[in-house]
Amino acid sequence: MSRLRNAVADGIVISWRNLKRVPRIPELAIFAILQSIMFVLLFAFVFGGAIPLPGGGSYREFLMPGIFVQTLAFAAITTAVSIADDMTKGLIDRFRSLPMARSAVLSGRTFADILYNIGILAVLMVTGLAIGWRVNDGVLDFFAGVVLLLFFTYAMAWIGVFLGLSVPTVEVAQQVGFLVIFPVTFLSNAFVPTETLPAVLQPIAEWNPVSSLTGATRELFGNPNPFISDSFPGLHPILMSVVWTVTLLAIFMPLAIRKYRAIDG
Amino acid sequence: MAMIETEGLVKVYHSRGSEVRALDGLDLEVREGTVLGLLGPNGAGKTTTVRILATLLRADAGRATIAGLDVARDAQAVRRLIGLSGQYAAIDENLTGRENLWMFGRLYQIGSAAAKRRATELLVQFDLENAGDRVAKTYSGGMRRRLDLAAALIGRPTLLFLDEPTTGLDPRSRLGMWDVIRGQVRAGTTVLLTTQYLEEADALADEIAVVDAGKIIARGTADELKTQVGGERIEIVVHDRDLLHRAAQVAAPDGSATVDEHTRRLTVTAEGGAQQLVDVVLRLGEAQIRVDDVGLRRPTLDDVFLALTGHAAERPATDDETTTARKKGR
Repeated sequence: MSRLRNAVADGIVISWRNLKRVPRIPELAIFAILQSIMFVLLFAFVFGGAIPLPGGGSYREFLMPGIFVQTLAFAAITTAVSIADDMTKGLIDRFRSLPMARSAVLSGRTFADILYNIGILAVLMVTGLAIGWRVNDGVLDFFAGVVLLLFFTYAMAWIGVFLGLSVPTVEVAQQVGFLVIFPVTFLSNAFVPTETLPAVLQPIAEWNPVSSLTGATRELFGNPNPFISDSFPGLHPILMSVVWTVTLLAIFMPLAIRKYRAIDG
Repeated sequence: MAMIETEGLVKVYHSRGSEVRALDGLDLEVREGTVLGLLGPNGAGKTTTVRILATLLRADAGRATIAGLDVARDAQAVRRLIGLSGQYAAIDENLTGRENLWMFGRLYQIGSAAAKRRATELLVQFDLENAGDRVAKTYSGGMRRRLDLAAALIGRPTLLFLDEPTTGLDPRSRLGMWDVIRGQVRAGTTVLLTTQYLEEADALADEIAVVDAGKIIARGTADELKTQVGGERIEIVVHDRDLLHRAAQVAAPDGSATVDEHTRRLTVTAEGGAQQLVDVVLRLGEAQIRVDDVGLRRPTLDDVFLALTGHAAERPATDDETTTARKKGR
């Protein structure tokens, strides 16, 4: 029992130090938000008019859930970069030489990521409200949507940890993260209805976790959701979101933990 | 009682198909309350030894204990006893000095209030009290090293590892660092210090172990090693190449001077220190031999290596231990 208590206490200390970074390097959060706002403006005002929604509805309401998911997916890169930074600066070595719970470095890190992204999500929602995005369903559904998004964030954080522990430098973490996550968020229904994609890409987009999350969020927030096609993920976005998130966690959590243990060389 | 005991430690790094034997049967014993200086060039195995003893790295073969605890099996118990301060100041740049110390104190399982008190204590002791509430990013190199060392001491360790504590520091910061380390030694901490500088091992260590190619090749007090090496040296650069051999005869009538024709340099071992230098200079003056340069020089790591191994300290860059360790471990 005291072991568990120590693990939690150590995890909180690590979360604290990771969150301290946010006000100390405000540029990190500011640019993450500005990047998302740039996507909002680009799609809402530049491409939006050219993208008709099957079944009608406001493109801006359609867009915002896609932006939420995209931003939270990109957060994995931030995680990867700061883990890689801790590795190269020797901080991970210092932690490993201390009589602390071994799990705390990763559990504290990923927990901090959830708190951080709650903040990011809040700012994005305010931005969305300003350009005409609305929550049209009940409060309960809204919170279910938010919980789903944060659960997804948690899985992305573990992907980020795994990536950060696997690369030799901070720059590589940045590049690899961008190279993987950027196309994944675009090969989805986040910005355009999947029906508008070439036939070859449609199944890929439909089975993309980002699409499931976006579709589920649209459904729970009561935003236009033309994703509903006759494919299985299209018909069950909420179920598929849970399945995807659990699967990603089941893959990347053990991988990251194994990678961390393997630092022993 | 032995604080550190190792037996036949072996560590092999594999990188891109090639094998580097960083440790090749290293035996070491450090008694409680003493300072051992691990002296050797880059790639000799110093950092690997420290990383194994500090539970960061597993040895491929051999055994290592700290205060009787096996570093591999009882790692967590070992961590309660040790403090580690490395070559790369491992502090969180985005936290203040005080926050860094508090955090490491908490992770050392010290209560929050006690960790705060201890942090303040260390900031004062390490002359960082004015900078304590500034973000560590703004610290100078010397301040970072001091904070790093303070972080290593937060849990009052019985054994302190100092991995090249002054590499890259300017001379003034180096002397400051030495003072701080000496204070710690006076307080009774056992210290394992790695260094590339004979001078540093001499200044801080009770005993020196010379490492080469993953093995201890010599061990003794600084004086014992220096006797082996032949103490200080007088170096003379003779102006006129034709007079070089006569000058050698004058400077060391017993014929013990070594002559380097190319640089017109004579080296004479100087057991008699400064007085011998004065005598030599006077004799050269009487013989009317013009000199361009003359000086007394302490033996360097190179001299030690030359005397002990017959080869110079520099080894090819292919087996640079620190690069391998970083790739593997960081």
